Amino acid sequence: MNIINLIKLAVNSLLRNKLRSLLTMLGIIIGVASVIAMLAIGEGSKISIEKNISNMGSNLIMVFPSSDRRSGVNLGSGDSKKLTVGDCEKILDECPSIKSVTPILQSNGQVISGSSNWPTSLRGTNEYYFEITNQKIGSGRSFTFDEIRRSSKVCLIGETVKENVFGENSDPIGEKIRFNKIPFEIIGVLESKGQSTFGSDQDDVIIAPYTTVQKRILAITSIHQIYTSAISEEASEQAVTEIEESLRKAHKLTGSEENDFTIRTQEEIMSMLSSTSQVMTALLAAIASISLLVGGIGIMNIMYVSVTERTREIGLRSAVGGRENDILWQFLIESIFMSIAGGIIGILLGICSAYSVSHFMNWPVVITLNSILLAFFFASIIGVFFGWYPARKAAKLDPINALRHE
Amino acid sequence: MSKSIISLQSIDKDYYVGDITVRALRNVDMDINEGEFTAIMGASGSGKSTLLNILGCLDKPTTGNYHFDSELINKLNKNQLAYIRNRKVGFVFQSYNLLAKTTALENVELPLLYNNSVNSKERRERALNSLEAVSLSNRKFHMPNQLSGGQQQRVAIARSLVNNPVLILADEPTGNLDTRTSFEIMSLFQELNEQGKTIVVVTHEQDIAQFTKRNIVFRDGRIVKDQRIKEPKSASEALRNLPSENDDIIELNIGLRK
Ligand SMILES: Nc1ncnc2c1ncn2[C@@H]1O[C@H](COP(=O)(O)OP(=O)(O)OP(=O)(O)O)[C@@H](O)[C@H]1O
Ligand SMILES: [Mg+2]
Repeated sequence: MNIINLIKLAVNSLLRNKLRSLLTMLGIIIGVASVIAMLAIGEGSKISIEKNISNMGSNLIMVFPSSDRRSGVNLGSGDSKKLTVGDCEKILDECPSIKSVTPILQSNGQVISGSSNWPTSLRGTNEYYFEITNQKIGSGRSFTFDEIRRSSKVCLIGETVKENVFGENSDPIGEKIRFNKIPFEIIGVLESKGQSTFGSDQDDVIIAPYTTVQKRILAITSIHQIYTSAISEEASEQAVTEIEESLRKAHKLTGSEENDFTIRTQEEIMSMLSSTSQVMTALLAAIASISLLVGGIGIMNIMYVSVTERTREIGLRSAVGGRENDILWQFLIESIFMSIAGGIIGILLGICSAYSVSHFMNWPVVITLNSILLAFFFASIIGVFFGWYPARKAAKLDPINALRHE
Repeated sequence: MSKSIISLQSIDKDYYVGDITVRALRNVDMDINEGEFTAIMGASGSGKSTLLNILGCLDKPTTGNYHFDSELINKLNKNQLAYIRNRKVGFVFQSYNLLAKTTALENVELPLLYNNSVNSKERRERALNSLEAVSLSNRKFHMPNQLSGGQQQRVAIARSLVNNPVLILADEPTGNLDTRTSFEIMSLFQELNEQGKTIVVVTHEQDIAQFTKRNIVFRDGRIVKDQRIKEPKSASEALRNLPSENDDIIELNIGLRK
């Protein structure tokens, strides 16, 4: 039988059982759609991570107290050694590859101004924070050394805080807000940075002198983190070594004792984030592929049912001169058709769902041509692979037995 | 002398089921010439269908030689057999075997779909001619479930004619039909035979066999009788002599009134 007739035959037989064909395709549709959506989400987060690298200072080095100590004995003192402002000074004094240092303190709470309030986080830093993190000031000014020394109650607010507390086109400079009942005077508004990689809003923040946060908000003498910047990107490796040396000395760590702090460069954090996101993408894509596989098994199942149902028809076709290959192709084309049609519908559905994810959940998504080709390719392969065995079974039927069937 | 279409020489057909051997055909010799109309008869299990399957190139004998249209069949492979079935044989089955949800016309076209030398226009034409030959032109777009049993069998006969075969084989073509319809079908076969078609019909009814020109009787896989009938009965005449359906209905109505 020629190919045109074979295709007509397959299409007719699929149309004759519309609902069944559709339900069979559903497995492939869902599988392909989820592969497309997962890859789009994965690709989106990868690209947004890359964008964030340039967004934050690329020479940024962060120091955290390390609370996680798996090896070594925890001597029951509870918390690990805290970082202090003294550590910051040591780093600045002793490390020639370091350009600037700022202590970081973090506190969550409500800001209130008049009748409006907004939950946000307060970050305590010194005046170098803006340079280190590449944070530009939109309007107003940064705080001065003098304000830090005097623990002044001044702050800069992010765009989101401004919008929610004062409204979009307001000028809040000079206004007063209260954070956890402490009144601050607004001296500046930060330039908008937008979403971070995983959807957190980088503009939902208030920056105040670290001394103020230490004394008036948290009432502690330690600090949470240290941000520093290396003099250049090339120097950042050297800078890490210098910081480690200087902090070990400051914390009086000897010989084999482990560091009680962790140093991360911007690059490390980014590659960590992107590798996590890659693992996530791979995992999600794997789950999606499994559903594609299950869809394929669904096709195989229905094709077997269909072969059994149509045993007599197969016997008849063989009796009137259909060769094994004619019968094989008849059924194979049916399954290939189902998987290709399912693939195309799945791709459309996948694109739609990726965009609705980006629209409703604010996740970055990027649909690549490659992911579409990949999904389509696999769907077709599945049609051939899972259609083969039922089609072969049909082709190998003995016409006499088939004609006598049931 | 007319040309030999079928020539069987010492044909055996054995089936092996577990360790039992079923000898369905034993040492069968048989010749059928062009233009013959033969009935194969015998009790159930005597090997009639087995023989017909071999004649139709659906199956091969275990031993012996089979020449069909001057070609040695038992040496051919599956594809070659399929080719012969497609070009030279027309099958009619007891249970019609029409494709469901497919029009009469498309059912008749089916064998030509497997013949690449026939294009779609010619296919349609030949199928229409075949339907015409069985007087079903007015039913070409009807589905099998919209046709009576007799009509379905006529579609099946049209299908067996469409490839202009050397031989028509029918396995109990009237097995599912009432007397009147059976006679109609046999009358159709007689007509085709008069036009020169070679036909072999399997039946176990003497009533049906009497319309053919030759009766071959099987018992336990062997030919026990081979008889030529000089003047076979005419099926159309027998049909006329049947009490008409209308009479039956009138009688029934009277019966009900009483
Ligand atoms: N595929 C098979 N496997 C095993 N034995 C078979 C097979 N086909 C037929 N037989 C046996 O061969 C013998 C002849 O069978 P066949 O079908 O030819 O009989 P038949 O004359 O057509 O009978 P009926 O009038 O009932 O159709 C029977 O004994 C049957 O059991
Ligand atoms: Mg039989």
